Amino acid sequence: MAENEEKAKAQNRCPDNSAFKQQRLPAWSPSLTAETVLPFFYLLGIACVLLGVLLQITMQNTQEIKVDYTNAESCDMCFETRKYKVNASRECHCSITFSLKERLEGDVFFYYGLVNFHQNLRRYMDSRDDAQLLGRIKKLKNPSVYCGPNFQYANGTPIAPCGAIANSMFNDSFALFFHPLVDRPLRVPLFRKGIAWYTDKNIKFHNPYVPNESLPQVFQATAKPLYWQKPVYELDPNDSTNNGFINEDLIVWMREAAFPNFKKLYGILDRQSSKMFEQGLPAGNYSVSISYNFPVQYFRGRKQVVLSTVSWFGGQNHFLPIAYLVTGCVTVLVAVVLTVVYIKFGKKGLKMED
Amino acid sequence: MLFPVSPPPPGEVVCEPPNNKLDRFVGTLTWKNNKYPLDNEKLLLRGCVMRNTEWCFGLVVFTGPQTKLMQNCGRTAFKRTSIERLMNTLVLWIFGFLLCMGVILAIGNSIWEEKVGGKFRVYLLWDEVLNDAIFSGFLTFWSYIIILNTVVPISLYVSVEVIRLGHSYFINWDRRMYYRRRDMAAEARTTTLNEELGQVEYIFSDKTGTLTQNIMVFNKCSINGRTYGDVYDEFGHKVEITEKSPSVDFSFNPLRDKKFRFHDHSLVEAVKLGDPAVEEFFRVLALCHTVMPEEKNEGELVYQAQSPDEGALVTAARNFGFVFRARTPETITLYEMGKHSTYQLLAILDFNNIRKRMSVIVRNPKGQIKLYSKGADTILFDRLAPSTEDLMYTTSEHLNEFAGEGLRTLALAYKDLEEDVFAEWMVRLHEASTALENREERLALLYEEIEQDMTLLGATAIEDKLQEGVAETIACLTLASIKIWVLTGDKLETAMNIGYSCNMLRDEMSDVFVITGHTALEVQQQLRTAKEKILGPTREIVNGEKDAEKMDLYRNDSVFEETITSEYALIINGHSLAHALEADLERLLLDTACLCKTVICCRVTPLQKAQVVDLVKRHKRAVTLAIGDGANDVSMIKTAHIGVGISGQEGMQAVLASDYSFAQFRYLQRLLLVHGRWSYLRMCRFLCYFFYKNFAFTLVHFWFGFFCGFSAQTVYDQWFITLFNIVYTSLPVLAMGLFDQDVNEQNSLRHPKLYELGQLNVLFNKRQFFMCTLHGIYTSFVLFFIPYGAFSSNVRDDGSHIADQQSFAVTIATSLVIVVSVQIGLDTNYWTAVNHFYVWGSLTIYFCILFAMHSNGIFTIFPSHFPFLGTARNTLTQTGVWLVILLTTTVCVMPVLVVRFLRTDLYPTMTDKVRHTQQASRRQRPQEQNLKRVRRTSSRRSAYAFSHQEGYGELITSGRNMKVAVPVFSLLRKRGDPATGTTVVAWSSGSGTRESENTQGQ
Repeated sequence: MAENEEKAKAQNRCPDNSAFKQQRLPAWSPSLTAETVLPFFYLLGIACVLLGVLLQITMQNTQEIKVDYTNAESCDMCFETRKYKVNASRECHCSITFSLKERLEGDVFFYYGLVNFHQNLRRYMDSRDDAQLLGRIKKLKNPSVYCGPNFQYANGTPIAPCGAIANSMFNDSFALFFHPLVDRPLRVPLFRKGIAWYTDKNIKFHNPYVPNESLPQVFQATAKPLYWQKPVYELDPNDSTNNGFINEDLIVWMREAAFPNFKKLYGILDRQSSKMFEQGLPAGNYSVSISYNFPVQYFRGRKQVVLSTVSWFGGQNHFLPIAYLVTGCVTVLVAVVLTVVYIKFGKKGLKMED
Repeated sequence: MLFPVSPPPPGEVVCEPPNNKLDRFVGTLTWKNNKYPLDNEKLLLRGCVMRNTEWCFGLVVFTGPQTKLMQNCGRTAFKRTSIERLMNTLVLWIFGFLLCMGVILAIGNSIWEEKVGGKFRVYLLWDEVLNDAIFSGFLTFWSYIIILNTVVPISLYVSVEVIRLGHSYFINWDRRMYYRRRDMAAEARTTTLNEELGQVEYIFSDKTGTLTQNIMVFNKCSINGRTYGDVYDEFGHKVEITEKSPSVDFSFNPLRDKKFRFHDHSLVEAVKLGDPAVEEFFRVLALCHTVMPEEKNEGELVYQAQSPDEGALVTAARNFGFVFRARTPETITLYEMGKHSTYQLLAILDFNNIRKRMSVIVRNPKGQIKLYSKGADTILFDRLAPSTEDLMYTTSEHLNEFAGEGLRTLALAYKDLEEDVFAEWMVRLHEASTALENREERLALLYEEIEQDMTLLGATAIEDKLQEGVAETIACLTLASIKIWVLTGDKLETAMNIGYSCNMLRDEMSDVFVITGHTALEVQQQLRTAKEKILGPTREIVNGEKDAEKMDLYRNDSVFEETITSEYALIINGHSLAHALEADLERLLLDTACLCKTVICCRVTPLQKAQVVDLVKRHKRAVTLAIGDGANDVSMIKTAHIGVGISGQEGMQAVLASDYSFAQFRYLQRLLLVHGRWSYLRMCRFLCYFFYKNFAFTLVHFWFGFFCGFSAQTVYDQWFITLFNIVYTSLPVLAMGLFDQDVNEQNSLRHPKLYELGQLNVLFNKRQFFMCTLHGIYTSFVLFFIPYGAFSSNVRDDGSHIADQQSFAVTIATSLVIVVSVQIGLDTNYWTAVNHFYVWGSLTIYFCILFAMHSNGIFTIFPSHFPFLGTARNTLTQTGVWLVILLTTTVCVMPVLVVRFLRTDLYPTMTDKVRHTQQASRRQRPQEQNLKRVRRTSSRRSAYAFSHQEGYGELITSGRNMKVAVPVFSLLRKRGDPATGTTVVAWSSGSGTRESENTQGQ
């Protein structure tokens, strides 16, 4: 009896014979042998090269026209005007011209570009109130202190939309004209909506809603940002559904660019409304008339107009195809070198001497 | 425990203050106006057991930490591993690096504010406070310290502890370190030292109870020219004796010792047939000794032998039917093959170190006077009658054979004495023993005179049983470049004998230096001679150089250590060691010792053990491990980097002081070569990866700083920063740290050379750290600049923008998670299901959390906390983004692959080779191939069975230690429980005898 008990006790202290406890879990132990590494390198290299070629070909089918209008042509005057703060409320219009040698095929996108504008400064990026932009009434009247000094005026009137981002919103407006050789200039129809992400437009940004009140009434107790010329509910004079926080120009602007040189979508070519633009933008002369409001000389910035078509992997992008080609070539080269090294030196290296 | 019968009368003891000298005690007892001197002879050390007495008076003089044994224990120091120390240094460096980055970025910010930001401020409308560029830089510095703090691996410490804990559990769970017979599993008692088990260079081992079982077994004998003890099968081949071999049935003998096992049946048959030589042989064993019998109940004999050798011999005789049953000062009663016979004990010619033999003269029941003698063969063979020459040669051959197997041998002889010769001799003996001058010499002469012309009976062979697998373990550890030093309290002879039997000392060795000098000068001389002999006459040993030169010398020595082809051994005893450990000689001792393959220190005190360990620890940058089983090993266990306790019969002190404990010495091999090596490997891989990961993760912010006006804008989402280290990347690396194996356990044991990579510390050192951080920096660079190049002017395929900061953040974060996952995949050598689960699980979790945090629901609930609404959807559905991620991953991983492939291809390490072989043989059934059993082939005539002291013979004949009359206490080595340990001064009316073995320096 006692012996049995002792035996049972002995069994108790003996560790379990499980694969886990004995560190004998079945396992796969791969190693870098020539049979696996070399083919992998060749395949990877060739894949990269092919991808690079494919990207390069695709990219060559896309076009991009970039026109700097900061002080070009008649905008020079506006540039000078905007140099001084006293002229801030004076309107200034100018236009620039450019010509397309080839037709821009398919969907054409109209961007404005800014150079040297830091949307990625930490304090700048923090200076917004997403809850306010979501249309929370409470936040509309009482914006977050994260907006920094731009959350209310000295007299306590809250700013809507608050913050430095909204305050510095790009407010030049453009009209693109096509100049046919014979006819008089034709305004190119642009979609000014549908330029923001679906999620931004429909979920992230909402107008504050109070039953039986119109938009201006809702915004009544608030003030427009300091640098703005019109209140937020009058941003788009042509389309009343595009006003308030859901104004797409505002939404686009509020998505801060990662780098100081960036372009933002302004409009998309409306190919349906006119037969002439059904295939895209035809070759010929164009002009852009600009309502020149946004001062850039303070920070030595530049302003651009960009017209571009896109491919399946996005807009025109020289970096990616070249990077793929280079990586692919280097990989193939390395694979060749490794093969040579393996055949010449390394073949017997792993054999045990003993 | 001592239980005083009545309160002792008042007295006073004046003695020395507590000290650590085990062999000295000075004090006086004043009692009833008499003064009694108290010396070492009257002192019982803590942990001693009294024998052969029912009672005694005692007085406790020291208790607890004052006891001599505790004074020998040394201090407990907090042990940390070298990797941990390195880790702390590196974390400090990283902190410095963080400050540097902060300063660089702060300066950048000041410049930027001055040149650009000042003009840009119109868009920001900041308070006037921030107009100052310098102040802005100052604020930026702190912002960056906060943002970049993830480069300092704070969670590293937690993860390291978790991994160590896991490794400790693996040690506890290892069935191959479980000792079934005593139901004892290995135990990792600390969780902080595991990886250092993979870096051990020196092992300091106790002997008794660690290498040996402290059990003597009567193994073989040679009687009248015939050997007994080997078992042969039907074809006449020798059969290896194992636990399972059938043993002889002794049931004919009611007084047998049931634990005794013997495998050769022919000897019992010879006894039963009444072969006179065999009978006489066993009669010698039963009569010629100083063992005390104790028979509490009828037939339950217990022998109190002062040395286990004697006990083994008498027990052997007992089982073969010559039971030693009782003794009085004048008689010895045997129970010979079922018959009682009483021998009159006429004289005991006691043992001493010079005589190396002992004899008894008895009158047998038939009235004949006989002298029975046993002793070292060399001594005894000179005193044989010439007629037995043939037998002597045969026996001599047998002795060689026994010695070759590492057995301790004794030769046995007898002589018939004439009545008148003996009577005359007896008279002279009496005269001599009462003489006042030259008594000992005269006695020795008389002994010599009568021990002549003896007839040889045979020889015995006793096995000082090594623990199982000791020789194999030592051979294997030696192959792993671990140097093993034996530190024992035993005598030189015994220690050397064990050295031979566990293959540490070999016949092929060029020289075995024995240092036994009694003065510092002698020791120095002997050590120098030894060193000169090893290094050859060309090298001068200079003493007292400056440190730099010393370092040179040391370096040269290391070279020499490798170039010396012949093997040497150094044996040094406690006296000499005391001198050699003095400041001016310790360097010489260390140098000499390190040139030798084997070092044995005998007769050392516990404190000396610790001093030797400390010497190596201080002067060699090596990890030391001490292994022992008794209280006398505690100090060395505490001193060494790693202390291992053998949980044997010797109580718990060693185990309690140790860092690891198990039941058998042979498990050390597995602890070091398998668990230690794996722990080291895993820890190093883990650390490398951890540093790499943190650098790759954090430095992206640094690069971004140059584009965002050094404004301390983070690249990633706040939530990603929070979760990256904890959720997205911690588990795969933890799984690697817990389960990774480069080669399996069989191969770890089969190729002990693999262990060297831990000793050389090649897997994680400052260089490796720099490589990891460089790798991390490179990764962060690629992670930032490839998306930068691809993104800065890119748009989505529907024309809307994607170059916004949030999309950029998601792209980089996704690339980062994928790259570090691929990297951990490359680092993992051993993909268990757990690894798969964690790696794929982490990636899945990343995407789940990403989409959850960017979902509509969570945004509408907490709009200010989850501003990344929709970014994942809008970004990760873009082919362009995935092209970027693919490119980033390729560019990050490719160089690693190239470097690793080239390294294994051009400079394959031992590990690579073994791995390769292991994989090649994967398809064949993995079979466990044990190391070949190391067979000792020594012709050294081994020594000598007596490990006891002289003086017992006199005690017996004088009758003073006869049990009932007089209590005798003996000091047994470190047995007993620590709780009751006290140092006791004990006295009794008789004279005390003690066995002094291990705890005693002389």
